[in-house]
Amino acid sequence: MERPGYYGRFGGAFIPEILSATLEQLQVAFSGAKKDPDFWSTYQRLMSTYSCRPTPLTYAENLSRHLGGPQIYLKREDLNHTGAHKLNNVIGQGLIVGRMGKSRVIAETGAGQHGVATATMAAKFGYSCTIYMGEVDVARQRPNVFWMEQLGARVVPVKDGARILKDAINEALRDWSANMDTTHYVLGTACGPHPFPEMVSYFQSIVGMEVRDQILQQAGRSPSRVYACVGGGSNALGIFNGFFDNSEVELVGVEAGGEGLQSDKHATRLASGRGSVGVAQGYKTYFLQDDDGQMLETHSVAAGLDYIGVSPILSAYHEEGRIRFEAATDAEVLEATRLVMKKEGIIPALESAHALAGAFREAGEMSRDDVIIVNLSGRGDKDIFTIADALGDAAWKSFIVTKAEEYRA
Amino acid sequence: MLEDYIRKRLREKDILLMAHIVVGYPSIEDSFELVRTIVEAGVDLIELQIPFSEPIADGPVILQANQAAIADSIRVDDCFKFAQKVTSAFDIPFLFMTYYNILFKRGEERFFAEAREAGIRGTIVPDLPPEEGESYMAAAAANNIDPIFILAPTSSPERINHLARFGRGFFYCVARKGVTGLDTDFSDEMTEFLNQCKRATQLPLALGFGVSSKEDVQFLRGKAEVAVVGSQALRILNAQGIQAVGDFFRGLK
Repeated sequence: MERPGYYGRFGGAFIPEILSATLEQLQVAFSGAKKDPDFWSTYQRLMSTYSCRPTPLTYAENLSRHLGGPQIYLKREDLNHTGAHKLNNVIGQGLIVGRMGKSRVIAETGAGQHGVATATMAAKFGYSCTIYMGEVDVARQRPNVFWMEQLGARVVPVKDGARILKDAINEALRDWSANMDTTHYVLGTACGPHPFPEMVSYFQSIVGMEVRDQILQQAGRSPSRVYACVGGGSNALGIFNGFFDNSEVELVGVEAGGEGLQSDKHATRLASGRGSVGVAQGYKTYFLQDDDGQMLETHSVAAGLDYIGVSPILSAYHEEGRIRFEAATDAEVLEATRLVMKKEGIIPALESAHALAGAFREAGEMSRDDVIIVNLSGRGDKDIFTIADALGDAAWKSFIVTKAEEYRA
Repeated sequence: MLEDYIRKRLREKDILLMAHIVVGYPSIEDSFELVRTIVEAGVDLIELQIPFSEPIADGPVILQANQAAIADSIRVDDCFKFAQKVTSAFDIPFLFMTYYNILFKRGEERFFAEAREAGIRGTIVPDLPPEEGESYMAAAAANNIDPIFILAPTSSPERINHLARFGRGFFYCVARKGVTGLDTDFSDEMTEFLNQCKRATQLPLALGFGVSSKEDVQFLRGKAEVAVVGSQALRILNAQGIQAVGDFFRGLK
């Protein structure tokens, strides 16, 4: 039998002893919640009245026709409150915080989506909130910092390490190891020490439960393939959870190919074969690291995918061959973003556009009878600075210059 | 083994000092001079930290030293060579302190075999609880190296009793919540925690996290066998240089 918290040879809880009791407490609270028949219905009710669950499944008719391949359906996680699947996890953990009687939450954030979701949850539930964010990410995601602060959170720029997502996780772990009596660490993805991978994918499984029924109703059949982008892996696990038991459905995770796998400027842990098994940030999985075990710098146009590790649950499915992993480059992602905006009137987050790019690339090899689902995990309009930057829009740049001059005056 | 060494040493003094350095910080040459200075100041044991890019149990001072050493291209191989050099030159026990990935990536058996070659007597791996450490403990035992486990004030008496079964050499007791290098309150609460540890194990206790003055060491006399000094020595190194670190350790006794 597998040890608790292990998925194949991945997972575990590699944490300083000081946190052992706290993780035990979390494990007990989470197990209790899962056994409580009212818990899931409370969660679902909250998600349907505070966020937009169930989120729709949209048939992308124009795109399907344009690409000439399969019928493409989009699972609209972008229509969640705060604009991404992140809220599914955060609200769930918010309820667990209440059960543990804690009053403060902390979180790491890369792109800022998980930070905004956590700050939102903290405001709604009345918790005090501190968000750790790499200094580099603070600089490139200022609008999200603005919203977190407006929502009442304290945003702490992390100035150590590479000053990105992984460093924000380290800093959150350090805060937690000092303040666990009052504080819960709302980890944003299905990574970290047990029970986080299990707990985060449990809350995200709401996506898969919905979409499994929706596709049967709308397309009359199960999909041939399901695509999701993979940073830490929570949105992928969420939607894939609806199909693991159906071996006819091929599951495809799309990682950040950055400037290409030969460039070393990417965050492709599984699809590249460049990742190797290691232990950091409390868990065992594939990491991008050197021969000594020092973590490498990663790159992606999408800050939310710019991460050294990947969910241990996904590493296990990777080794079993249940999920196929691919990578999409920054350039492919921008092209996919443009196409979806023009053809469907939907603005995807750059993270989610990786899943789209992966699907579009393979559309030609599928037939009109095939049905595929792409998890549109987040919306892009709130990342206007990032997307405008990535698209290099000249009119936007001159607007920013004018605006800056106004502020300077 | 380390326990015997500590017991023997305790016949001559009532508390021992364990120092900590980050190998390769500020440079590999300076690290050697630092070790020489610390040994000459009468320190009884030294932890050699192999730098790691994600040191989650370390506070800002040690974290930055880790990063600087890695940025300066210090490799794990360099740390083994360094260990060999200091264990040959100085007659006190040296331990490796690092994070589990460094051992995992090298292979635990290879790591411990090479550590033994290099004269290392113990290992401290703060992100490896015994539950995850079966192969680690086996590789350590096969090479006569003591895997030092950590006891924390947040752990229940049952948990402390459970951990006590895995102990070799001595136990590293963390003085408080949080990471290395922050202020610690040397209080009755700490005394109670150390008493709790004493009830659970016969092994010597080393107390670390926030030990920074003669008063702190004085407080620990009779309560713990070893006082561990890390961040404060590093702060002095950063501000005043190697010789000042020697004076600092001399002043702790």
